[in-house]
Amino acid sequence: MHADEKFTYETWPAAPEKSTLESKNKFLGFWFFLGGETVLFASLFATYLALKDKVPSSSHPLAKDLFELPLTFVATMLLLTSSLTSVYAMYHMKNFAFKKMMVWLGLTALLGAGFLGLEVYEFTHYVHEGHTFTSSAFGSAFYTLVGFHGGHVAFGLLWCLTLMFRNSKRGLDLYNAPKFYVFSLYWHFIDVVWVFIFTVVYLMGMVG
Amino acid sequence: MSTYAQKKGFGATLWDFLTTVDHKKIAILYLIAGGFFFLVGGLEAIFIRIQLAVPNNDFVSAGLFNEIITMHGTTMIFLAAMPLVFAFMNAVMPLQIGARDVAFPFVNALGFWLFFFGGIFLNLSWFLGGAPDAGWTSYASLALHSKGHGVDFYILGLQISGIGTLIGGINFLVTIINMRAPGMTYMRMPLFTWTTFVTSALILFAFPPLTVGLVLMMFDRLFGANFFDVTLGGNTVIWEHLFWIFGHPEVYILILPAFGIFSEIFPIFSRKRLFGYSSMVFATVLIGFLGFMVWAHHMFTTGLGPVANAIFAVATMAIGVPTGIKIFNWLLTMWGGSVKFTTPMHWAMAFIPSFLAGGVTGVMLASAAADYQYHDTYFVVAHFHYVIVGGVVFAVFAGTHLYWPKMFGTMLNETLGKITFWLFFIGFHLTFFIQHFLGLWGMPRRVFTYLPGQGFDSANMVSSIGAAFMGLGVIVMLYNIIVTSVKNVKVGNDPWGDGRTLEWAIPSPPPFYNFKQLPLVRGLDAYWLEKMDGKKGMTPAEPLGDIHMPNSSFLPFMMALGLFIAAFGAMYHVNDKAWALPVMIIGLLVTFGSMFLRSVKDDHGFHIHKEDLMDDDDKGVKA
Amino acid sequence: MANQQLNSGNPRVDIEYRRRKNAEEMKYQLVSFALMIFLTLIAFAAVYIKGFTSWFTVPFIILLAVVQVIFQLYYFMHMSHKGHEAPSLFLYSGVLVGAITILAFSTIIWW
Repeated sequence: MHADEKFTYETWPAAPEKSTLESKNKFLGFWFFLGGETVLFASLFATYLALKDKVPSSSHPLAKDLFELPLTFVATMLLLTSSLTSVYAMYHMKNFAFKKMMVWLGLTALLGAGFLGLEVYEFTHYVHEGHTFTSSAFGSAFYTLVGFHGGHVAFGLLWCLTLMFRNSKRGLDLYNAPKFYVFSLYWHFIDVVWVFIFTVVYLMGMVG
Repeated sequence: MSTYAQKKGFGATLWDFLTTVDHKKIAILYLIAGGFFFLVGGLEAIFIRIQLAVPNNDFVSAGLFNEIITMHGTTMIFLAAMPLVFAFMNAVMPLQIGARDVAFPFVNALGFWLFFFGGIFLNLSWFLGGAPDAGWTSYASLALHSKGHGVDFYILGLQISGIGTLIGGINFLVTIINMRAPGMTYMRMPLFTWTTFVTSALILFAFPPLTVGLVLMMFDRLFGANFFDVTLGGNTVIWEHLFWIFGHPEVYILILPAFGIFSEIFPIFSRKRLFGYSSMVFATVLIGFLGFMVWAHHMFTTGLGPVANAIFAVATMAIGVPTGIKIFNWLLTMWGGSVKFTTPMHWAMAFIPSFLAGGVTGVMLASAAADYQYHDTYFVVAHFHYVIVGGVVFAVFAGTHLYWPKMFGTMLNETLGKITFWLFFIGFHLTFFIQHFLGLWGMPRRVFTYLPGQGFDSANMVSSIGAAFMGLGVIVMLYNIIVTSVKNVKVGNDPWGDGRTLEWAIPSPPPFYNFKQLPLVRGLDAYWLEKMDGKKGMTPAEPLGDIHMPNSSFLPFMMALGLFIAAFGAMYHVNDKAWALPVMIIGLLVTFGSMFLRSVKDDHGFHIHKEDLMDDDDKGVKA
Repeated sequence: MANQQLNSGNPRVDIEYRRRKNAEEMKYQLVSFALMIFLTLIAFAAVYIKGFTSWFTVPFIILLAVVQVIFQLYYFMHMSHKGHEAPSLFLYSGVLVGAITILAFSTIIWW
């Protein structure tokens, strides 16, 4: 199959993200990259667990003093829903419904931006409380772990917008279908990481 | 050989290599760059041995000595051994599986340029205020207090190179899984391909902890973080764990391809198939798996406690078992075979006892209690040089001879090769055997000098003489390469005469598309099978058709260059230089801009048309 | 929900089949999503409600997180489909290496 072949609803393959050798390679390559990212985030989690609440003096706020349930819950809902919207986008892609796919990708990006906005607000609040990147080992570990995740969300957002703008005029073909699919895998993965972050950092932090 | 490439001038050839995405050319780049850094690391080794040849020497100062040992280790492992191993994996693996290139040719090129710029950045430290001096392991307590930017060069240089290695690993994994020729099941893959596969999996999982460790160290040194600062709640042993969770798999990343090369050499030059193929595959996978469970044997004396020490000691000893299986299989391959003592075979036969010696001292070191005595002495230095030099370096020499015709179309001179071998082999044992005893007699490692009258004097002198032999051996090798290139005598598909695997079925060097028609693989040692059936070459698995090839690109070079530039900005911003932040931003813009360009600009590659392939077989194609 | 081979011989039937299959799968995805929200709510509730000791809550919420991630992987990321053997192998290998790292850091760093 040629990458820039024109398709219709009838001729569109069942698995457009894996219909050429190039896309099969991208599919596999990206999953392997996610395997590596798993180890990367595990190392960051491990470091965080080792340095949680390690502050030089009692004037520094600890996890239980800083984190709040409502904010974390809203952020989680935003990101989790954005994962669902990306699933919808892929559903429409499989059905060759380009415009609908774009709508749901746009929703994904919006929710992701909402999550980031909330996180920026949250970090500024902590900085006011005296919990900064340089204030303690706990601070360094927290901002590195949660910040790296946020950085991944930001990168994903840019990726999503680039894909949307670049392909807005040309519809679906076998060249861009794998690109959308790989993006959706990435987006789910950052939700997976978030599930562990809200559990290990925020919830465990508040339990004490 | 393709006529298409012949009339190029110097500028055109340079541009060709700067923009190539062809795995064979990238392999040559890795070979040249890795070879160059091997010479740099070798020079550093000679300086170390000159300083230590006599007691109370002042050839170099203590501080400079620390820089030299740090750079010797870092350069040899990251910038020499790894790239040389990558050179062979790139050159040979796609040919062995019957593929036309790797899964991601662009990413392959990017991996090379990232390694290259990382290596250059690290070595620029010599000229910009001093090299890193905290050892190749750069433990945090020392590294954080190292004055000047030496350690920053280490952190940023390795970070850049490391990304290159990681993406290279992913590339090889996908290539092997998705792009094998028809009929090549997993259990029909040559052993070198299997070792490339397991090595790539190790790279995928071992480099992220290093990345994290380097990031944490960078944050502590350049951005005010407190991961390793005890006074602010940090813990310095975190670095050691992260480093060795990477560092131990790293040595298996180095040795497994070496094992793979020897697994090709023994069958070819014993004219007998590899003994125990399935167990070799199993042993390779087991070594890879166990390699992740033993890292704290580098940390026995840090106070982990007896339980942790015991667990890691036992796991470490267990790794000796699959390795032993391999040694027996190699010996049994030779047994009953018709052995031809070519230069690669010399290296292979010398590898067995040398690596074995390193392996058994490894088991000695694995005993945690005993290690309290061996730790930080020359006994450890002897052990790891026996396994790395006796294993990896011997394999690189062997592989260079074995695969030179396939990569360059000429044959290295056998007589000169054997001279190199004997000089290097004798020098190697002179230098390192005596170091076992130096360690047992109490000489600590990483010391810039020693007092006379402790019984260390003659041993150190012997050790230094060995270094001279090794240096001479390398010079003879360089001479061999030059003479061979000048004479330029071309050879055919299978110059050794006894090739068993697919790479020997195609011209030396192969046309840029490797296989005109993908071969049909009927079993293990696919080419050998066809030869035994009286055929001249492989049976094709497909009709002659258009071949789809990737486009070259300058973007990989630009992406790596951008990071190189950004690293300078990141490093000097702590000195409050006004230009530092802008430089860092510009560098990052170059990198991300190139990535953006790559994403938005369509790249479908190009096609070689069937008609062009039907022209004269050996003259190659017009693209 | 494996991607099955579609070869009824009649392309219109094939497409209808695929469309129905996709829609059915989308329903499963919605159910998974609802379950994930539910699991999240329970986890937050376990921390919000003051009655439990941390010896219970911590393993409990970690278990909930693992279950939720399994839903993400197998449904949202289609790891249950055919053709995901290699991805599964490598992802679980990554999890194993990661788990060993986390185990080590939670034990032999400070004791």
